Amino acid sequence: MTKCTDSVVLNLWHPVGAIAETVPGAVQQTVLLEERLSFSVGADGEPVVWRSRPDLRRADQIAAADRLPAKSVYGYVWTSLGSPPADLFPIPEYAEPDRRRLNAATFGVNVSAPRAIENFLDMGHFPYVHTDILGAEPHTEVKEYDVEISVDRDEILATRCRFFQPMASTASEGGADVDYVYRVPHPYCSVLYKSSPVDAARRDVIAIFLQPVDQEHVRAHMLLCVLDENSEDKVIKRFQQTIFGQDKPILENQVPKRLPLDPRAETPIRADKSAIAYRRWLSQKGVTYGVIPAAA
Amino acid sequence: MLEAARSQWHPIAAAHDLPFRHVFHGQLLGREFAVWRADDGYINIWENRCLHRGVRLSIGINDGRELKCQYHGWRYSNRTAGCTYIPAHPADAPARTITNRTFPAVERYGLVWSSEEPLGEVPDVAGLAEGKLLALRGIPVNAPADKVVEKLKAYRFQPTGAIDGNGAEIAVEAAQDFAVALRSRAGAAETVGVFFVQPVDSNRSVIRGVLDQDAEGAARIAILRHHNERLSKLRDEVERDVANAPAPAPIEPIYERVSAELAEMPELTAHGRKAALRVAVARKWRTADGIAGFELRPVKGILPTFQPGAHIDVHMPNGEIRQYSITNGPGETGSFTIGVKLEPDSKGGSKCMHETVREGDVLAISEPRNNFPLRRDAIKTIFVAGGIGITPLLAMAQALKNQELTHELHYFAQGEQHLAFADRLAELGDALKPHLGLSPDATGAELRRVLAEYRNGMHLYICGPGPMLEAARRIAAEQGWPDSAVHFEYFKNTNKIDDSSSFEVALARSCVTLQVPAGKTILQVMRESGIDVPSSCEQGACGTCVATVIEGEPDHQDVYLNDAERKAGTKIMTCVSRAKSARLVLDI
Repeated sequence: MTKCTDSVVLNLWHPVGAIAETVPGAVQQTVLLEERLSFSVGADGEPVVWRSRPDLRRADQIAAADRLPAKSVYGYVWTSLGSPPADLFPIPEYAEPDRRRLNAATFGVNVSAPRAIENFLDMGHFPYVHTDILGAEPHTEVKEYDVEISVDRDEILATRCRFFQPMASTASEGGADVDYVYRVPHPYCSVLYKSSPVDAARRDVIAIFLQPVDQEHVRAHMLLCVLDENSEDKVIKRFQQTIFGQDKPILENQVPKRLPLDPRAETPIRADKSAIAYRRWLSQKGVTYGVIPAAA
Repeated sequence: MLEAARSQWHPIAAAHDLPFRHVFHGQLLGREFAVWRADDGYINIWENRCLHRGVRLSIGINDGRELKCQYHGWRYSNRTAGCTYIPAHPADAPARTITNRTFPAVERYGLVWSSEEPLGEVPDVAGLAEGKLLALRGIPVNAPADKVVEKLKAYRFQPTGAIDGNGAEIAVEAAQDFAVALRSRAGAAETVGVFFVQPVDSNRSVIRGVLDQDAEGAARIAILRHHNERLSKLRDEVERDVANAPAPAPIEPIYERVSAELAEMPELTAHGRKAALRVAVARKWRTADGIAGFELRPVKGILPTFQPGAHIDVHMPNGEIRQYSITNGPGETGSFTIGVKLEPDSKGGSKCMHETVREGDVLAISEPRNNFPLRRDAIKTIFVAGGIGITPLLAMAQALKNQELTHELHYFAQGEQHLAFADRLAELGDALKPHLGLSPDATGAELRRVLAEYRNGMHLYICGPGPMLEAARRIAAEQGWPDSAVHFEYFKNTNKIDDSSSFEVALARSCVTLQVPAGKTILQVMRESGIDVPSSCEQGACGTCVATVIEGEPDHQDVYLNDAERKAGTKIMTCVSRAKSARLVLDI
């Protein structure tokens, strides 16, 4: 596999690690788009990211010219191998003071980033993959929902999504429809809004930020930004890690691993409206990394 | 060599790799297979990808009749590989053409054989034709097949009768591109071993050895161990030999594209009243008083995929065409079984089936069509069958039984001797509730009891004679069942059709405007203009000719639509219904 030549993807911001899991000044190694990178977060919270070299062992040795663009946003270090835009996509809820914000997990998955995004957008698998947690047979129907590609914000928005959840919240006895809103503001990132069990007027935010290691491997960083004052971090994390652990073997058994953009490569159904929009959006943007582009 | 290998047969598994309810991951020339044996013994070799989102079907679930994908629960039928159910859309019947790619399967010499594009039959192997054979454990080797075959020519093993000895004489009996036959002799003991090399990929192989004699107990284990040790040693040698050579590039499998219409949201399939299939009557029997059962087997090839609730058109020797529901359970795809009741006032349909058609006769039938789809997302499903109305509901009940979904089948009949398909009914166990010899009043009272406790999430399916069906629908409505939870299928439309109106029909997608005069149906006028529309019963009962109304007020004369659908005015049965407005615009 050759290194990334996709300029769209090179110019994006990509996450490389959760800040809460760094030690100030310590250097971490990672891989982004087949390039070995090192990064470190200073005591002031400022990240430094550079292409790994045996002679460069500390952030303060890195000359400005050797530094890659770096940003600390939503609790993660972000970088880019190209010329990224000034700002990352907004998640306004992240700034709300009464929310718990944490990295639920960073998981390695043998799959392309776009396949992982489609899985994140998908509700039809809840009864089969997340049995008795996010769904349960026989409640398998994916009801009609709306999808739009917002032109001014350049993102996909799926609204009016509802799915039957057997234990809608710890407070409720039986199951009920749970509301979801999905955003795809970045080819490899998605944000989900889900009815909050503690405040009917607000929504929990769960975001997935995929770090493309190469075309067929990712590190998936999962951000939680939720209204929950009671549960311990480890309880909240364990729940999300259970869910993710159920998705991982499915994702790793998708063939081919890269997402095919040819509409005739796979068989969509109405429930896949958001995935259809996502594939078209990637095609229109000219993304070629992690996908199998449609024949011209 | 590998290019020519595509048209040859290769072993891809040992027969003992395919126990019931298991899915085996096979591979040949870079292509992966999901291999599974159905409960009826049929071996399915499929492309190892769900057509929906590419998930490997080898991690799916073999329920004995169908293979279920782990990701979204799509179900694919034994033999045909056609998709029978998409849980995300429980009210829709999946398009019949969602069919996975299948590869041929032949079980021979204790091995399962397949090929991408086979020419001819599985080869006869001299020396393995007779007696009981012993298939050895498959030995995977990370080396190209030709290197493995070369090495096998020098493979040394003891004959079965002298397994503990050493120094047997080995003769190469035959050697081909993908197989070596060896004869091992030690004194009087003699064994022929044929070692097939399965080309898994350009740089990976599996040695599948078969010995010409079987053994029992400890002797068998000793033989298996003997070959296991020696073939493992051979593997190590081959892998060492090829370690320094550059590995050939893996073979990239080419996946067939799905058809263009499946890539879009499904549209109506455009075909008229066609009978493309030829079936032979394999069995005709009296399954109940006045009801004949017919088992219809394909004259060649395999039958298309059906879903519970589907019917076929049977074209009879006397030129009549009638619709009969398929009674089969899921995965039962070798033949279609239908039930035909002899109607006292038969106009030639049931009379012909009862009196003229005999075992061995060939009939023309249509592909199965499903206008009575079964939802499988109900918390409980109630089936109400009257007489021969059992047939579609029997197929549905068997499907729910197979998935262990809660259901009851209430079967109203005149007496025990009128209950059809006793063998299938027996399999339903306690879910079957017969109600025998009831008067119309008593039937009504029983229905009130059966339909008493409607809860949100329950669904009701009714099929039976007109008056009983009407009564059941009325009682259900009285007891709080919404129209959306009540599904029904009439045998025929007994409404008197009033075809005296004349009006204009505009076909929006075809950009055609037609005049429908009194005495002609919309369907007839469309056909005369060369617009091919599917139809089946052509009397407003089956739902095949449904069209979407964009504008105008339909004059419904069918018995397919329910009251809510009639009021909505967005669907029309073009074979009988007409227009109250001067103009109708249809989405055709």
